[in-house]
Amino acid sequence: MAEQPTASGQEYEKSLGQSDARVAEFEKRRHTPLQRVQHILHSNPTMVPVIVLMMACVAFSIIAGERFYRPFNLGLIMQQVSIIGILAAAQSLVIITAGIDLSVGALMVFASVVMGMLGVNLGLPSGIAILLGVGLGVTGGMLNGFFVTKLRLPPFIVTLGTWSVFLSVLRLLTGSQSIRSQDIDATAPLLKFFGHHIDIGTPPAGARITFGVLLMFAVFGVLWYVLNKTAWGRHVYAVGDDIEAAELSGIRTKRVLLSVYMLAGGVAAIAAWASIGRVGAISPNGFAEANLQSITAVVIGGISLFGGRGSILGPLFGALIVGTVESGLRLAGLDVQWQIFSIGWLIIIAVAIDQWIRKVSA
Amino acid sequence: MSAVTPVVEGRGLVKRYGHVTAIDHADFELLPGEILAVIGDNGAGKSSIVKSICGAVTPDEGELLIEGKPVHFNSPIEARDMGIEIVYQNLALSPALSIAENMFAGREIRKPGFVGNWFRMLDKKEMERFAREKLSELGLMTVQSINQAVETLSGGQRQGVAVARAAAFATKFIIMDEPTAALGVKESRRVLELIKDVRARGIPIILISHNMPHVFEVADRIHIHRLGKRLCIVDPKQVTMSDAVALMTGAMQPDAVAA
Amino acid sequence: MSRPIKMSLGDEAPYAILWEDIMTNTFKAVLLGGAAALALGTAAQAQDTTACLITKTDTNPFFVKMREGASAAAEAAGITLQTYAGTIDGDVESQVAAVETCIAAGASGILITPSDSRALAPVIGQAREAGILVIALDTPFEPADTADATFATDNFRAGELIGEWAAATLGEEAANARIALLDLNASEVSVDYLRDNGFLQGFGIDIMDPTDIGDETDPRIVGNDVTNGNEEGGRTAMENLLQVDPSVNVVYTINEPAAAGAYEALRAFGLEDQALIVSVDGGCPGVQNVAEGVIGATSMQFPLLMASLGIDAIVQYAADGTLPENSPGLDFFNTGVQLVTDHPVEGIESISSEEALDLCWG
Repeated sequence: MAEQPTASGQEYEKSLGQSDARVAEFEKRRHTPLQRVQHILHSNPTMVPVIVLMMACVAFSIIAGERFYRPFNLGLIMQQVSIIGILAAAQSLVIITAGIDLSVGALMVFASVVMGMLGVNLGLPSGIAILLGVGLGVTGGMLNGFFVTKLRLPPFIVTLGTWSVFLSVLRLLTGSQSIRSQDIDATAPLLKFFGHHIDIGTPPAGARITFGVLLMFAVFGVLWYVLNKTAWGRHVYAVGDDIEAAELSGIRTKRVLLSVYMLAGGVAAIAAWASIGRVGAISPNGFAEANLQSITAVVIGGISLFGGRGSILGPLFGALIVGTVESGLRLAGLDVQWQIFSIGWLIIIAVAIDQWIRKVSA
Repeated sequence: MSAVTPVVEGRGLVKRYGHVTAIDHADFELLPGEILAVIGDNGAGKSSIVKSICGAVTPDEGELLIEGKPVHFNSPIEARDMGIEIVYQNLALSPALSIAENMFAGREIRKPGFVGNWFRMLDKKEMERFAREKLSELGLMTVQSINQAVETLSGGQRQGVAVARAAAFATKFIIMDEPTAALGVKESRRVLELIKDVRARGIPIILISHNMPHVFEVADRIHIHRLGKRLCIVDPKQVTMSDAVALMTGAMQPDAVAA
Repeated sequence: MSRPIKMSLGDEAPYAILWEDIMTNTFKAVLLGGAAALALGTAAQAQDTTACLITKTDTNPFFVKMREGASAAAEAAGITLQTYAGTIDGDVESQVAAVETCIAAGASGILITPSDSRALAPVIGQAREAGILVIALDTPFEPADTADATFATDNFRAGELIGEWAAATLGEEAANARIALLDLNASEVSVDYLRDNGFLQGFGIDIMDPTDIGDETDPRIVGNDVTNGNEEGGRTAMENLLQVDPSVNVVYTINEPAAAGAYEALRAFGLEDQALIVSVDGGCPGVQNVAEGVIGATSMQFPLLMASLGIDAIVQYAADGTLPENSPGLDFFNTGVQLVTDHPVEGIESISSEEALDLCWG
């Protein structure tokens, strides 16, 4: 440690100067094994969901047997979680900023309905219908972001409000009527693009991977890159961690927040496009619980609801855990209620683990 | 009047909030290479005057000059872009981010060429190298890893990171707000050394503090603020701490002290 | 009446002023509108009669149609109609509040599709004590005499018709059928178990407890799963049951959107020609799906008729206190059910999809 010559010659400081000055050092302390686990989890936030996912797979392979672990079922689980997975990616962005987006599911349904009405009912070229749908998603997100940043309203309240607004507008628009699968095929097949699939092996045994599943992985991959490898991504974490500190250290926090909500809306609209391929039809009544399911995946994926912490890849595993548990319990022949029961406990345990990890200190 | 151009100079600054006049035709002056302590009783308006020279408060009246040139800041970011750094009392560090990330928050370095321009990829290696270098210069590189989260550091270590960040990017001057208030004796000691190290590197510092021994130890001049304006500037070698406190509180008038 | 409205959003003064303007203008419009209505001065007697229509949701086209029927009938009779709806199926709270509002408003009669067959009984009791005629539409109360009358589709009969049709279509193969049952939700409301058990009885399966779903032991049943009555749920539920047994060849669905979802799943598995899908409702997209061979047969119900008959009953009751009577042999007034299929079988009366398109709702 470089000691500067002290200009003033006060006596008491000499003695201090000679005392142990290693205050700015990292002290190597002995840790109990549990503390070491805590430290490892703290620096690798996706480890918990990955371990839980692996454990669930092993457990259900034993309980439900070959029907569970054959490739076809595993592919099906991915198909079934793909839409909630993409939504969870959008939700994660907002939750990392210490916010929450209750409107993201409604916005997705809204965007899918708009794509359908423009592409099928009005007969616009599918590409334009999709672009306008994505534009709607971004605009909806911008509306949330505007209220959160400009009027400084709490995200919970803002998105609770826009959730109702989006749902009511889309019901008024559609009269609650679905657009049929056959009509989409006839007029705007591009809307179902993400329903196409590639088979690995022959279907009854082999796995079937839809484009929607590939899209889910791609969305997580891109967001992982953006959040970890760009300045914007680091700012998103900084804003969620401590918004005042971020502002003071020169991050334009409002701009970051607004862009997060817009991106979340855009991703929700991409989920909307994928949902048309997944479901086949476009229904204003579907995905009623998508908001909560996306939050569930985020929480189980180890992203802190208090913001600033967690890896974007966590919710991918979170969504897969939910899908795996549901599929496993079903194939084990248990009542639907046990699925809801299990997911409930998973959420509580996930948040408890998050709290424990956050307590880590030097 | 000094012959040298002040690094920052405020002339007749005024800031009113409704009926309250927080800054009342105050003057301010920081000279090159010095540590200027700003002291004042609670409510004297010392934080308002300092905020007005770093863009956090826009004065209603008066003139602000940086190196002799008039400037007008609308936000701390504008001041920062001119090379004015602030170490806040709460440090303004993001606990979950690493030391390197905190040092570069808001001014990250992108990779050169295609990946940087098109994929906006950060140059983490360069930022880590720079952060390590800056911390080493100030004798702080005993921290194990530059990628360690700030929340795993002690109070003194965090203060060190905040000061190193300011020192690394300040080209004009640094404002430090109560840098030792939250620290123990040993850690305060270390931070005071750090402040002197920074001065030795030629960067002038404005130090706001309530701790008279600390002020008297490091300051070259002391700006005493009272009732919204500068009461006087004293030389710590020529006045005692009790005189300074008496001036600050109005128990003594400036003409009673040989300045 | 014209009290000033102050809405303040903290210190955001410009917004407060804007809101005030908007609110004042809205009030003016309402006042003008009210004055115009008074000036028209319709028959005093009829004006005094108020009827309430409380539906489960306003998202389901079935209820949209019901409201249309009620509005048209009320207008024809010259009475005032107030309509209310819950936000989601099962939203008892909103319905209780709506009944209370109707009592307070001094309505003569309430038409209600209860979101919960039992939970609403106390508030319905209050309404009847206040001298209000309460008619359950579509969904009966338990016990049915909680209300003064029930105007409903015979849901058990609706299920029975498609069960009989499916059995007759399979002929001798019915003995080896592999049946998937796609129900509504985990609450097992009366519509849900009546249609499900009706179908099974019609198919010739011992239904055990007629108010319980899934208690049957017949080996021809592959399993039950829930759909929430929409395409997304229908698709996922069908995939799940195909995972249990890919040889499914009869699919019962709670409604036509669920049937459309089930078809998408079968098509994705390449099994759409293997299975007969039957459903209940008679919505226009559903009938269209019958025409296109997606759905084999559906039981059409008549929501518009239910509502208009209900309004007529309230008008009658308000005039001379006459209570509506039940259909012979039933504890409700049967508003009729009609089998729709393009593959009629002998002994079961049906109409073609072409004829049904003129009668369908939504």
